[in-house]
Amino acid sequence: MAKLTAKERMQISRHPMVEQDPVERSHNFKEVNLGYTAEMAIEEAQRCIQCPKPTCTMGCPVSINIKGFINLVAEGDFSGAVKIIKIDNALPAICGRVCPQEEQCEQSCVLTTKYKPVAIGYLERFVADYERENGQVAIPETKASTGKRIAIVGSGPAGLSCANDLIQWGHQVTVFEALHELGGVLVYGIPEFRLPKEIVRQEINNLKTMGVEFQTDIVIGRTITIDELLEEEGYDAVFVGVGAGLPWFMGIPGENLVGVYTANEFLTRVNLMKAYQFPDYDSPILDCRDKNVAVFGGGNTAMDAVRTSLRLGAKNAYIVYRRSEKEMPARVEEVKHAKEEGVQFKILTNPVEFIGDEDQWLKAMKCIKMELGEPDDSGRRRPVPIAGSEYITEIDIAIIAIGNGSNPLIKQTTPEIEIGKRGTIIVDPETMETSKKGVFAGGDIVTGGATVILAMGAGRTAAKAIHEYVMTKPS
Amino acid sequence: MHKILEARFLAENIKLFRIEAPRIARKRKAGQFVIVRLDEHGERIPLTIADSDTGAGTITIIVQGVGKTTKALNMKERGDSIMDVVGPLGMPSHIDKFGNVVCIGGGVGTAIALPTATALKKAENYVITINGARSKNLVILENEMKAVSDESYVTTDDGSYGFHGFVTQKLQQLIDNGKKIDFVLAIGPIPMMKAVADVTRAYKIKTVVSLNPIMVDGTGMCGGCRVIVDGVSKFACVDGPEFDAHVVDFKNLADRNKMYTKNERVSLKHFEHNCRLDKKINEIKTMND
Ligand SMILES: Cc1cc2nc3c(=O)[nH]c(=O)nc-3n(C[C@H](O)[C@H](O)[C@H](O)COP(=O)(O)OP(=O)(O)OC[C@H]3O[C@@H](n4cnc5c(N)ncnc54)[C@H](O)[C@@H]3O)c2cc1C
Ligand SMILES: Cc1cc2nc3c(=O)[nH]c(=O)nc-3n(C[C@H](O)[C@H](O)[C@H](O)COP(=O)(O)OP(=O)(O)OC[C@H]3O[C@@H](n4cnc5c(N)ncnc54)[C@H](O)[C@@H]3O)c2cc1C
Ligand code: SF4
Ligand code: SF4
Ligand code: FES
Repeated sequence: MAKLTAKERMQISRHPMVEQDPVERSHNFKEVNLGYTAEMAIEEAQRCIQCPKPTCTMGCPVSINIKGFINLVAEGDFSGAVKIIKIDNALPAICGRVCPQEEQCEQSCVLTTKYKPVAIGYLERFVADYERENGQVAIPETKASTGKRIAIVGSGPAGLSCANDLIQWGHQVTVFEALHELGGVLVYGIPEFRLPKEIVRQEINNLKTMGVEFQTDIVIGRTITIDELLEEEGYDAVFVGVGAGLPWFMGIPGENLVGVYTANEFLTRVNLMKAYQFPDYDSPILDCRDKNVAVFGGGNTAMDAVRTSLRLGAKNAYIVYRRSEKEMPARVEEVKHAKEEGVQFKILTNPVEFIGDEDQWLKAMKCIKMELGEPDDSGRRRPVPIAGSEYITEIDIAIIAIGNGSNPLIKQTTPEIEIGKRGTIIVDPETMETSKKGVFAGGDIVTGGATVILAMGAGRTAAKAIHEYVMTKPS
Repeated sequence: MHKILEARFLAENIKLFRIEAPRIARKRKAGQFVIVRLDEHGERIPLTIADSDTGAGTITIIVQGVGKTTKALNMKERGDSIMDVVGPLGMPSHIDKFGNVVCIGGGVGTAIALPTATALKKAENYVITINGARSKNLVILENEMKAVSDESYVTTDDGSYGFHGFVTQKLQQLIDNGKKIDFVLAIGPIPMMKAVADVTRAYKIKTVVSLNPIMVDGTGMCGGCRVIVDGVSKFACVDGPEFDAHVVDFKNLADRNKMYTKNERVSLKHFEHNCRLDKKINEIKTMND
């Protein structure tokens, strides 16, 4: 095929994602996005003008060679493309699905100003799926054993990416996970319809093949402490990637009524415990069928919860958010999908009270209307209540999705690890080393609730520093 | 997988298991619990560690069959396994030399109170135990409780054994007889714990209860186990399960524990149906053999 000119490239319009029909998908848990065909991927890749100074890469937190991989996609060399991505990102099938591309790589694409950006995320996803579905996933070689042992606490994206690098450099790696399943938020938080669990499982299986040992049902701080890992169990270093798993509440009356969930509980019951298959699976969830469900918050977690409630049969599913839609931290695609599926958005609205019946079952919420005032610390305009605008809406189930703080377990049992004001672990940003020698940390436990790709990036930065630390440490 | 090394009924519907869990055995302290999941489709349920043997690497749990999971567990025998056992979870009991302490166990609550009573005895308290049950055949751990007590009583609601009446009546009697009581631990059904709190509140006797809200992860991640203590939300799995009885909102706990009553009935029916099917299939199999 003849090379296209830049002009010709720019005339191709961005290929939309192939999606399940909104009405149909709002009743099933199958993945919403169906992915590109090979032809679509090649055409989309041809839109990239192969900038001499590719700005896209600057927008990617792990600096993937985007230009390089897209060039190979355009040539139809999908396996070659995925190899380029994997130099910097071990989990492209996951990031291609869940990264907020519109704020990262795609925002930084030169085409963004005049045209639509190259669909970098969709292409990343396509090549990773292609590789997996064609059984071409190559297991990277591991170097000769160094005899060093490293313990990783938590099996979320931070822990997994740290393990991925360390095992390749010849270290012995054990991942300890508190839950019975591996993957962190990727399995208990993000729903099947956005990230099929099979993909996460396969990535973890690859790590197992490479020799990473996984131990589930181990709560570090309770079953074993970090000190014991270092002093009794003979680990040379520890990486802490325990995430931000302590749900926040709004502090309004009625939050303990029956029917008020945190998003963590609601999503864990559905995703991890498979409550949507009750009674074949034992864990129950309140029946959402024909119920009014309100979800509080505007992030990915809120969108996941509200769309899950629709799939469980909710009659009315509301997002209640105190700022305007522009300020919503959720990925643009999730907001769009939620709307298409019939989620009703109550923006500039803040709940002030949950109202229950005599048996303490939730019956309604009292909300107040908000307007946007001056910008606050986050640079977003601060919502202020409009006096006298309270109103009551009947709801049966409420789901609080306003974010997570840090779990205090590690801090309580390893006081030497210095903690910041909001309970996050303080690290040297260059090495991710904590104030305790030989202990490194990364991901949500350091940044507070952030993104998969940032957690992965932190895991890799830490891996590099851990490698140096254990190789130079006198034993 | 955690192998069951010993399994025996202590009373109708209440079964003791000794299971392999070396790491938990080494770590656990009185008052802590494990979360178990029987199999791939199972729910995660909390159970108190009644005892442990570091040398043998085992922990003991005592289980009352009340619904699907506990009934399925109680059908397990020696040699069977439990898929997941995680722990020890929760804060250990606060053990101190209080002086005269009364440890009250109601029903399977006795199994939960026993390890803490043992620890209190070790800490040189004068330990009085009150072991309550509805009826004689439901009394458990009588000898074990006696062994760690300076004084021990059994009460039955129907008077079929020991003191005729509720544990609170026995407690009131002790108080009325002028016994100086410095600390009370009460573990059992919510109405019992509330009643004990009501008795001791009047005398300003420090009282601790172990709360049993519905849990999922047991690590502080889901917030499902929150209870109201002194007007503040606490997570029982990480802040508890033991709390100051005089400031616990028992009504909220009782109401929240009824959250899944409907689902639980469905689950149990589904289970019993499958059990009957299994039995039928086995019967047919034996007929054909
Ligand atoms: C519902 C939801 C949707 C999201 N959607 C997106 C999205 O679309 N895009 C995006 O980029 N980001 C999204 N995020 C954020 C993203 O998932 C997180 O930023 C990321 O998972 C953080 O990774 P982590 O490895 O730091 O921690 P986690 O993924 O939280 O993993 C931590 C792991 O550590 C385990 N653990 C905790 N304590 C202990 C202990 N003491 N001992 C042993 N193990 C322990 C936990 O059980 C967990 O498995 C979402 C988050 C949620 C909750
Ligand atoms: C810290 C703690 C320690 C406990 N220790 C013991 C013990 O040593 N021995 C014992 O027999 N029981 C103990 N329990 C209670 C035990 O967990 C429940 O009886 C069990 O979960 C019931 O499950 P099921 O499926 O058999 O019954 P279901 O029919 O599902 O439920 C019956 C009742 O049990 C409670 N329950 C249901 N699911 C859960 C859950 N996931 N977590 C907590 N409670 C639930 C609810 O109040 C429900 O109404 C303890 C509970 C807690 C919180
Ligand atoms: S990892 Fe995320 S930000 Fe980086 S290129 Fe891929 S989709 Fe974009
Ligand atoms: S900035 Fe956009 S057009 Fe330029 S190389 Fe990157 S993806 Fe291609
Ligand atoms: S059980 Fe989930 S926070 Fe306690």
